[in-house]
Order: sequence, then C-alpha cells, then structure tokens
Amino acid sequence: MNQPDQIYFFGTCLIDLLYPKAGLAGMALIKRQGVKVIYPANQSCCGQPAFNSGYRQEALAVARAQLNCFPNDYPIVVPSGSCAGMVKHHWPELFAGQPDESQAIAAAQRTYELTEFLVDVLKLKLKDLGQPTRIAIHTSCSARREMGIADRIDSLIAQLSNVQVVEQAHKTECCGFGGTFSIKQPDISGAMVEAKCEALLATGAESVISQDCGCLMNISGSLEHQQRELPTQHVAEFLLQRITGEGK
Amino acid sequence: MSSARDNILQRLRGNRVDLEQPEQNIPPLEAWSAEQRITRFTENQEAVHGEVHTLPADQWIDWLAKELPKRGLHQVLTGTGDTGNQLGASNIESCVFHQYDQPIESWKPELFSQIDVAITGSRCGIAETGTLVLMPDRDEPRLMSLVPPVHIALLDATKLYQSFAEVIEEERWADGLPTNTLLISGPSKTADIEQTLAYGIHGPKQLITLLLV
Amino acid sequence: MNQYQAFYQRIDKALQNDQLRRNFRSAMDGIRERRLAQFPDDRELQTLRFQAKGIRNRSLSRQAELLERLETKLTENGIQVHWAETPLQANARIHEILEAEQATSVVKGKSMVSEETDLNHYLEQRGIEVIESDLGEYILQMAQEPPSHIIVPAIHKNRFEVAELFQKFHPEQPYTDDVDELTGCARQVLRKKFAYADAGISGVNFAVAETGTLCLVENEGNGRLSTTAPRIHIAITGIEKVVEKLSDVPPLLEILTKSATGQPITTYFNMISRPRQPGEKDGPEQVHLVLLDNGRSRIRNDDELLDTLRCIRCGSCMNHCPVYVHVGGHAYGTTYPGPIGILLEPQRLGIDKVGSLTSACTLCGACGEVCPVRIPLPKLINRLRAEAVEATPGDNGVPGTGALRSRSEALIWKLWKQIYTRSRIYSAFKYLATRLRHIKPPISNGWTRYRPIPTPSSKPLSELARQQGYDDE
Ligand code: SF4
Repeated sequence: MNQPDQIYFFGTCLIDLLYPKAGLAGMALIKRQGVKVIYPANQSCCGQPAFNSGYRQEALAVARAQLNCFPNDYPIVVPSGSCAGMVKHHWPELFAGQPDESQAIAAAQRTYELTEFLVDVLKLKLKDLGQPTRIAIHTSCSARREMGIADRIDSLIAQLSNVQVVEQAHKTECCGFGGTFSIKQPDISGAMVEAKCEALLATGAESVISQDCGCLMNISGSLEHQQRELPTQHVAEFLLQRITGEGK
Repeated sequence: MSSARDNILQRLRGNRVDLEQPEQNIPPLEAWSAEQRITRFTENQEAVHGEVHTLPADQWIDWLAKELPKRGLHQVLTGTGDTGNQLGASNIESCVFHQYDQPIESWKPELFSQIDVAITGSRCGIAETGTLVLMPDRDEPRLMSLVPPVHIALLDATKLYQSFAEVIEEERWADGLPTNTLLISGPSKTADIEQTLAYGIHGPKQLITLLLV
Repeated sequence: MNQYQAFYQRIDKALQNDQLRRNFRSAMDGIRERRLAQFPDDRELQTLRFQAKGIRNRSLSRQAELLERLETKLTENGIQVHWAETPLQANARIHEILEAEQATSVVKGKSMVSEETDLNHYLEQRGIEVIESDLGEYILQMAQEPPSHIIVPAIHKNRFEVAELFQKFHPEQPYTDDVDELTGCARQVLRKKFAYADAGISGVNFAVAETGTLCLVENEGNGRLSTTAPRIHIAITGIEKVVEKLSDVPPLLEILTKSATGQPITTYFNMISRPRQPGEKDGPEQVHLVLLDNGRSRIRNDDELLDTLRCIRCGSCMNHCPVYVHVGGHAYGTTYPGPIGILLEPQRLGIDKVGSLTSACTLCGACGEVCPVRIPLPKLINRLRAEAVEATPGDNGVPGTGALRSRSEALIWKLWKQIYTRSRIYSAFKYLATRLRHIKPPISNGWTRYRPIPTPSSKPLSELARQQGYDDE
C-alpha cells in the first residue's frame, strides 16, 4: 500500500483513559510524515474485554458502535497489538451473519497496528537524537502471534543508533495480563508477571518498551507493587522522544 | 452386533462433516546415493546411541567371533532361520548359542534373565531417521529384539531406503502387514526422571547394527 | 465448594510449591528447545503442519466409513473389536475379556484413554493386579498420583522424590538417586511383572483402516513388552484415532515425535496387525481393540469445536503454555491438562463440571502456534468461554452450556456495554475518571493483590487530541 492522505486513529480505551501520551505520540509520528490523522470523537473500545470473557452480545454492540466512527475507506491505525488483532481477526468472527458483516470485514481489512503501519506503509526512517540507552523490548503476544508483526518494533528500534537492545529470558512468553484473566486468575497472573519482571530486571535494561499498553500496565504495576525501579514506555512515545531529542 | 457400535456409527453418520483438507505435498527429498544413505543411517543411529559397524557381507561372523567374547556376551540367542543356523554352525569361543525354537511360554524366565545378547536379521533400514525395520516371524520372534540387554541386527546395505514413506511404498505395505512390524531407532531409553536420558529401561541397553556392504 | 473454589485451591497449592515450579520450568524449557531444533526451517514446518491437518481432517470427515473399514480389516486379521460409548462400558468390556480368560494380572503401557476411563481402579476393585510399566507411570502408581503431563507423566517429580518412592516400595533394592541406577532398578522390578502377567493393556497412536494395523509410539519398550509378552493384548483408544491409509502415517509420526519430545523418531514404532499366527513363538494369542466414544462423536456437532478432534496428543500445547509452566498439570484437576485439556475437558465432562478451566488462559496463542495439526486452540477456548456464560439452544452442543453465567458478572458487562456504546455517557465517564483520578475506588480484587489500581491520566486522549487540533471526522 502507498502512503495514504489520511488515516483514522483508533486510540483504544486503555490509551484513551490511562496512556493518552502514547496515543498522541503515535498520532504525531504519523502526522510528521505528512499524513492527516483523524481521531473520531465517538470511538470507545474494540469490544475485546467482553469478547474474551464470553459476552459476545455485549462485545458486538460495542464493536458495532465503532463501525460508524470509521465511515470512509481510510486505513485504521491502532497503537496496540491486541486491539488491532481484535478488529482484524475477531470482528469478522463476531459480526458473522450480522447485517453489517461486510462493513466489519472491510474495517478489519484496512486495520493496522501502529508499528506495522509505520514500517509497512509509511516506511518510516528514523534518526536517533537521544542519549545512549539500553532497553528491553516486550512484544505483546497478540502482536507476535495473532498479528505476526513482532519484527516491526524490532526493526524500528534497530534504526536508532544510540539504543542498545538487551534480550530478556523467555522473551516470547506471555506477561500474564490476558485482560480479564488477570482478575479471574489473579494468582497465576501474578506469578507470571513477577517472572516477567524478574527476567526484564535481570537484563540491566534502563527501560522496557512495548507496543501494547495492556502489557505495560501489568508489568509497571507489578514493578511498582514490588517496589522495583524500571521505567516502562509505549513504543510510540519512545520513538518520538528519540527522533525529537526530547525527554531523556 | 453391539448397540454401542450402532449408536456411535449412527451419531457419526448423523453429523457428517466435510473438513478442509489442505494437503500440501511436501517436496520430496533429493535422492541420496547409496553412500549417502549409509552415512546418514550411521550418523542418525549413532545420534540416538546406537552402534553401527559397516562390514563386508561375508565377515559378520568373524566380527562376532571377535567382539562377543571381548564384550562378555556369552549367552547368545539366535533365530531358527539362515542367520541363526549359520551362527549355530560357527564355533565362536566362549559363546553358548540358544535357538529360539520353542514357544515363549516354555522358557520365559530364562529369556528374561539368562540371555546376554540376541542376534537377528532385519527387513530393511531407513536412512533419514537411522531406523531398522524388522518384521519378526517364526524364525526370528518378536521378543528377540526386545528382551535381551544387547541386540545385534544385520542389515543389508542395499536395503537401505531413504524415508519411511519410501519403505511403505516400495515394499508395498498397503497390501497387508504381518503380525508385527517394527521400526527401531536406537536402544530402549527413557527421560521420565528429570528429563535425563537413561538407556535400557525395558528393552536393550545396546543396539548394534552390522551394516553389510 | 464450587468448581472455581476447588480450582483456585489447586492453583494455590501448585504456586506455593517452588520445587514443583522449578521442575516444570526447566523441563518445559528443555522440551521447547529440543522441539525447535527439529524444525530449523519454518517454511517446512508450516507445510508439514498443513499436511498433518489435512490428513486428520480427511479421516474425521470420513470417520464412520473408516471405523467400519478398520473393524472389517482388524476382524479379518484376527483382532477383536469392541465399541464403548462410555468409560464404564469400556472398563466393563475389558474386565469381561480378562475374566473370560481368567487373567488376574495386567501390565499396562501408557494410555491416556485408560486414564480417562480410570481403568486401573476399576480393575483393581475387581481383584486384578494392574502394573503400569512406563517408568513415569510406574512412579506415579507408587505415588498414587495421576499424570501431570500427557507425554512425560511424572515430570513434576525430581529424582530425589523418585528415589524415595523406590526405597519405600522396593526396600530390597539399595537406595540410589542416580537416574541411571534408578532406571536399572525399575528394569529389574518390572521385568518380573512382564514375565508372568496374563494380559497387556496399551493405548494406540494411530489405527490404520487400510491394513487393520494398530500403531504405538514409544521410547522405552514397555509398550512392546505389554503387547508381546502376555498371552492377551487389549488396546484401548478413542474413536478419533483412526486414519485412512498407511501412507498417512509417516507425516503424522514425524510431526508427532518432533513436536512432542523433539525427536526425529522415537526408539520404537510398533505396528501390530494380528495376534500370534500358527507357528509363531511369541506374541499374544488374542488381540482386542476397544474403541471409546466418550463424547467424541458429540463434539462433531459443532462446526467449530470439532477441530478439537484433530488432536494427536503430542503435548506440545502444554509444553509451550505459560500458565501450564507455572502451575503444572495437577492444578487443572482433569485427565488432560494444559490448553488441550481446557478445550477438551469441558466438552467431554461439561461446562457445569469443569468450565472454570477456560479461565486459565491468557489467549497468548503460544499453543496454537505450535500445534502440529493446527488446532486454533485460543480461538476455541474463547468460544468455550462464550458457551460457559451464554446457553446455546438445543441439547446437541457442549454439555452444561451457560452454567457459569453469574448475575453480577452479566450485569457488569451490561453496564460496560451501556458506557461504551453511548458516546455521551462514555465522555462523562471519562471526565469523572480523569478529574477524580486520585480517588481510587475501594476495590480489592485479584488485580490489586499484585499491582496497584492504575491512575487515569489527567485528561483523556479524546480531549488532548482535540486540543492539539486533530480532526474528529
Ligand atoms: S492440541 Fe495440538 S499441540 Fe495440543 S496435544 Fe493436541 S496435537 Fe498436540
């Protein structure tokens, strides 16, 4: 696909409420390439929380409310692997047999996760203006397996000359968030995230970067609970800081 | 006719399914030469702790005459076929040959506790996995390759196929199989304790292939 | 105690056991590595997975016909075929066979289907001695525990625990915690059993309709012994194990052993087509096959869930499951643990009994990625979550559907729907949440046990985007 004139930005409910800076950074990265970014005002959530809890009727209603936010044929960019995965892979399943099924499928087909969009469509070139740093990348399971785009975040960060990436043990293993899993199976989730934190801390990284705020919320929350010091950041924010030289 | 049978089959017929069958044919391996097959067989058998000795076809008895006493293998179980008869006629020093000529019921305890080594032929071999193919029969019964602590098998190098699939096709197995067909790749082993490999848990601790060229 | 409470208790017990967790972690790491080493070329792996899926789908599509052909072929070959709809029927049938032959001692090869029917207890209660001969299963029989993994059943025990068991049950043998010596000790003990057992019972990995052949995959040789040394051999398997042709076997075998234990092939691949023939000097006089349904034919009613039946029981899904690696197999409390257990057991036993298993999954997708027959495990597990809270009409589907619906949970999702489908309410909700962000709701749930409640931003993205001049349509 060639660079489009405009795109829809689907900020996701988590970023809307908890991590707006990540959303703004994602929008800025796209805008800087001369693409108009539209943030539809009425968007809320892709429906994933209910869908993954078995409440498909509710999920469908919420997903349907989004369809009207993206009426035109523009790409939909989502700064989260799991929400992008929901739209791309599960909307067709969720809307199957519904009157608006074809609309949902069309939306799914033009949905991109942010790093995927930056690499595949915008072919983003980055110049690192930041101080030398050492980071660990945690790629969300949905970005890795559902979307199959784990290498996008890697290739973006590889362009940053002052950033050294260190690899944590059991890198591809889930951090234990899993949406409502973390509430329904808190002890397993707690054990998983503690193991993840330990692996990340062991790398000696100065910060952890991810394309998913769900994982970041889980990991940073656990670090805080354990009173361990290791900053976490969404990849969009990190990239924007590196190329503008702002932040650390 | 049992009703369980009819119920099950009826249910299966009642909900017919027609599932997608994406059978992508794997591109065939490039054909290996006879030497390559020997090399691969040997490497793969050794990788699973098997021992392979490549010998001229007329020297296997000499090899045994040298090796059996050296390895302390005295009570030797043989079959009643050609291989067994040749061995029985040989005069290997310090070896006692027992022919498997009685049904197992009459000598089970001896088989389980007194035999040091069994010597059998084999049907063919598979290079890709380092596998011996045996079709035990009245002359070389099934337990020979299983119960004694050491199993020595003769394998004709010209009967070395590349893959299991090739064996099934070339040997026309689809036409029917005998009582028992065995693929053997290495000595008996287990990793049930701490994932640590240990050999000879139930079957032979040593598998020796005499690859006859 | 409801099923959730029982499940939480088992999980808690597992998580408290550091030794157990270390055992699983290192074992699973090892198996994952060995598997990966067998598939250096991802393209080839994907082709092989498609091929395996195709073969399994073909046999499932023609299952009735193939089972009949299998029965005909086996019968021609002299192998007796028995059908069982329920575990009880299977156990009773096996007992009848043994009784008719006055068999009082049995050695068993590894069989998950016999775990499914709890065959050992059934026979023991009727005075028959049953000895598990797979080393892992034998260890568990001494410990009186069920398997914690379908391929490596005693993976949760370390060698010191095994050594203790051997000492307790075989005081005549000198104490050792050396793996080689323990193995040697097991060989001694079990040989005696093989030498006199009347009957052998085994599972089946593939039953080939074309030739009437039962295929068994193993490394130890106990499967071969169980099916060769005693005078009767009874094999038990699920009806889904039938495959059409012999040529279907090599690709399935390859991907099975590589996926399961990272071996290009197992030590033994044992193909049984007949009982002992006239003139043959060993092998059982009688060979029986018991075909068990136990809910399998019902699973076919559902177009989506029937993918479950493709499973070739390689265990790879549990090896790669991040939940399994932390809690181990016993926490699940069912015969089959891990992702395949989460998928299969509620369909077999009912959502009302074990539907809570579906909560023990983050939907991370690791299982679906490795499954050799491409079962979309995460998708199907998520589907079962829907079955658990929304009853599907009719009685053809998953048993106990809708059993886990709770009023309070349903209410939360209704409320959630109200907020997230109406932009005015959603905006008001965000306004309140951001402006009152330092007032934490007084909830304490599982999340807060391990992390603080996250603090909303001072303004939501929707407001900030507008402030920064992004268009809203
Ligand atoms: S579901 Fe797939 S990965 Fe799991 S045991 Fe079955 S075949 Fe193996």
